[in-house]
Amino acid sequence: MRFLLQRVAFYLFTAWAAITLNFFIPRLVPGDPVQSLISRNQGRISADAVQSLRVLFGLDKNENVWEQYLDYWRQLFHGDLGLSFTFFPTPVSTVIGDSLPWTVGLVGITTIVSFLLGTALGVGAGWRRGSWIDGLLPATTFLSSIPYFWLGLVAIALFAGPGSFFPSSGGYEPGLVPAFDQYFIPSAIQHSILPAATILVSSMSGWILSMRNMMVTVSSEDYITVAHAKGLSERRVALSYAARNALLPNVSGFALSLGFIVGGTLLVEIVFSYPGLGYQLFQAVGAKDYPLMQGIFLIITISVLVANLLADVAYLLLDPRTRKS
Amino acid sequence: MAISPSSIEQVIPGQGAMAQPSAAPGRAKRRRFRFLANAKAATGVVILAVYGLFAIIGQWVAPYDPDARSSDVLQAPSARHWFGTTHLGQDIFSQILVGARSVMVVGLIAGVLATILSILIGVTAGYLGGAADEGLSALSNVFLVIPALPLIIIVTSIVDQASDTLVALIIGCTSWAWGARVLRAQTLSLRRRDYVEAARATGERTGRIILFEILPNLTAIIASGFVGTVIFAVMSEITLAFIGISSISSWNWGTILFWAQGQQALAQGAWWWFVPAGLAIALLGTALALINFGIDEFVSPRLRSAGRTRIRTADGRTARMRVGFTPVLAPTRPVPAPREEVAP
Amino acid sequence: MSDPVLEIRGLRVDYGHGDAAVHAVRDVDLTLHRGEVLGLAGESGSGKSTLAYGLTRLLPPPGVVAGGQVIYHPVDGPPVDVLALSPAQLRAFRWAETSIVFQGAMNSLNPVHRVSTQLLDVIKAHEPKSTAAARRARARDLLRLVGIAADRLDSYPHQLSGGMRQRVMIAMALALEPQVVIMDEPTTALDVVMQRQILGQLAELRERLGFAVLFITHDLSLLVEFSDRIAIMYGGRIVEEAPAAQLYRRALHPYTDGLLHSFPALRGPRRELTGIPGSPPDLRAMPDGCAFHPRCPKAFGPCDKELPPLGPPGDEDPGRTVACWLHPAAAPLPR
Ligand SMILES: Nc1ncnc2c1ncn2[C@@H]1O[C@H](COP(=O)(O)OP(=O)(O)O)[C@@H](O)[C@H]1O
Ligand code: SF4
Ligand SMILES: [Mg+2]
Repeated sequence: MRFLLQRVAFYLFTAWAAITLNFFIPRLVPGDPVQSLISRNQGRISADAVQSLRVLFGLDKNENVWEQYLDYWRQLFHGDLGLSFTFFPTPVSTVIGDSLPWTVGLVGITTIVSFLLGTALGVGAGWRRGSWIDGLLPATTFLSSIPYFWLGLVAIALFAGPGSFFPSSGGYEPGLVPAFDQYFIPSAIQHSILPAATILVSSMSGWILSMRNMMVTVSSEDYITVAHAKGLSERRVALSYAARNALLPNVSGFALSLGFIVGGTLLVEIVFSYPGLGYQLFQAVGAKDYPLMQGIFLIITISVLVANLLADVAYLLLDPRTRKS
Repeated sequence: MAISPSSIEQVIPGQGAMAQPSAAPGRAKRRRFRFLANAKAATGVVILAVYGLFAIIGQWVAPYDPDARSSDVLQAPSARHWFGTTHLGQDIFSQILVGARSVMVVGLIAGVLATILSILIGVTAGYLGGAADEGLSALSNVFLVIPALPLIIIVTSIVDQASDTLVALIIGCTSWAWGARVLRAQTLSLRRRDYVEAARATGERTGRIILFEILPNLTAIIASGFVGTVIFAVMSEITLAFIGISSISSWNWGTILFWAQGQQALAQGAWWWFVPAGLAIALLGTALALINFGIDEFVSPRLRSAGRTRIRTADGRTARMRVGFTPVLAPTRPVPAPREEVAP
Repeated sequence: MSDPVLEIRGLRVDYGHGDAAVHAVRDVDLTLHRGEVLGLAGESGSGKSTLAYGLTRLLPPPGVVAGGQVIYHPVDGPPVDVLALSPAQLRAFRWAETSIVFQGAMNSLNPVHRVSTQLLDVIKAHEPKSTAAARRARARDLLRLVGIAADRLDSYPHQLSGGMRQRVMIAMALALEPQVVIMDEPTTALDVVMQRQILGQLAELRERLGFAVLFITHDLSLLVEFSDRIAIMYGGRIVEEAPAAQLYRRALHPYTDGLLHSFPALRGPRRELTGIPGSPPDLRAMPDGCAFHPRCPKAFGPCDKELPPLGPPGDEDPGRTVACWLHPAAAPLPR
């Protein structure tokens, strides 16, 4: 229990740090960012948008930074992330609310599947050294060195295109209305197969390798020798003794690398024009839509923190040593 | 030379009965050179050297000016244009060659910066312990869980047309946390070693101890952290260029992909526009990953993929090396009756 | 003497193979009789653990058994060569016939499973037809046997002290009532009081259950008290074997003598502690002749030329064997 409380405290601290960072980043922009935006978009910015930007940068009132900071928090607690500039006057929270489910569905599920599948293959590779899975390792190294987005491009070139089963962009058939019905769901699944496969192929090898190495390390522990000496079945020694212990560091590694993975996988959305947060971030960056950028960064960070917390709970359930009474 | 009775056997509680005999310190130096004997590491180093060479001479050996337009628009690879041409007739092979420098420079600067930061923060935290450790560890954990790439994208996007150096600095400043964490843990365990305790007890200055007793023992970890950051930095730089945030006036492989994507290379079937750049990235990443495998196996020999798991026995059978079932090499004879009954 | 239960004949164990092989156990002959405690002593690195792991085929890579036989005599039925068993046969043989207690009490138990899980799975693996209730009852009995309250069954290893963990391992070793229990430094990591306590308990259990013990330790004084016979190992070979009392009264091999002077005896007359000068041999570059000669205070003529064979000393009682030119064998043991 103490372990969990410590972790929660740490994540709260991290969330605070991320939010504070988020507050300061636009204020680091040299010069008057609003003015430069207006001049760049000559006349294409409405007066309302300018006002929204001034609020964001704290230029509307004569407040000092501290007061701005407090204001910022007050707004956050009301779920107010400002108004999006690209989708003016839609609030950022609405834009994010629309794209978050897509990302959770695609990136969330594939990340978990990739971890589970990679871990299972890693158990095999580590237990039976020199088996066919070991032969796969160089290939998987190469695959994991390919940028996700490039693999997406290749996948589109090879498998998508006119007449193909796989659509090359979007999250569902244009014209359908997002709903949980028999038209929309199959279309959404069809659109997600290629991006999901892309993420799986390039992210799985990391898990195979780390689990294999953990299995190799654990295999030389005394309790594995004891398990063999007890005449237990190969399966039981491999799974209940070796893999069960090798899993622990892999789960904490999973938690720690979530930030890296999620960053990379978001890019796949860009290539596939998948209507999730990554694609939205891409568009926001292109339009210098600071409020949307910040909002997305905040949501991604908080999602990663929540995922981390879940991974910690999983660790807690897996390792009795952290479960001190 | 009499030996005290206690030297007969010293058993460290908690250490496995089959713990590997640790290498004598004198052997460490010789082992350092054996690193290159590792096939994976050697392959990686050779590939990396080729890339390094292109980063230096790419500008001069490129057959065309990468910006120069020509009438050979969107041509497939040919003898004139090895990797084909863009929609403006630019030579893609030249763009790849010229782009190597930016990629390597950003990787190097970001890697060096992140490594220095991780050493400063990780080793200090591990060595000092106490409140300093708590603070620095919390700092690195925060940087570790905050998704780095979105942060890099946002920070870079507030600067118009970020230059290579700036991109490298931003990446370096945001990607030191993993290395710091690993270094902290290792320093913590080194600090408890006898020779470090002894140096502390004799009042050796902290800086000297860290420089001469701790850092040399962290070489492999620092190297592997550096290589890891370079991989990350290269990928991030290319990503930034690909989504058009960093400056597109200088060439790197991400810029090539940016133009390819922007000009619908895929839809036009111009595979040569994005395939070479991607393969160049992947090969560089593979080379760096191989170097890191080499370092890992060098540090913990157990991880070596079992070179020979099958061995030939005296009578020509093959036996498999396998944990839990030690192979028996000699031919097995029938079990004789108990000795009492055997006539001498 | 009672009949043999485990006969090791000409056992050779290497690390690696081909030219790179390190010969860690060299032509070892050793016989364990039914119900006796056979002590095996020697300096660290003399090959005791390698022998124990080799004969049970538990040695991890790069270990290989290069040759020899390990013949086990079941209570009923013909003898079997452990080295010739298939993996499936070996799995059935393990723990049911010979069990092992390892040195690392801390690491012998799987940290993520309860003690009960680890006690029950071995019973279930070998007696698949037993009922869950019967297995659990047996596990409780076993814990009680080694003096641990039965409610500890549901503890995790990290909740037990070092001594308790080692007793759990002993209880586990007895779970299937094997004929042979091999113990590799079972008490070395424990403090002296705990060590005594566990050894006392072990002696008592052996009286009651009648299993034979191969007891490995570097602490010869422990063996003198606790075992029936003692074998001394040096550089991968057995150099002396004798009934415990005889060996203690008069060690024939100078190395045994050195070992006896390396430990304070727990009982009996005090001996002067001198230890053994020099260091154990390098297995990759073994000296010619008697492996002990560079360190032997009594080395003479033949010592650095010819390997002394293990056999009964001509002038002594027949119950013992030694490999030393000071006591040339009347007739080397038949192979
Ligand atoms: N993996 C290995 N490779 C080469 N030599 C080894 C290996 N493991 C152990 N040895 C050597 O085998 C010898 C016997 O070791 P061991 O059986 O553990 O001795 P003991 O149990 O008597 O202390 C030692 O000299 C040790 O250096
Ligand atoms: S044979 Fe010679 S060297 Fe070896 S123990 Fe006997 S006396 Fe010493
Ligand atoms: Mg040992």
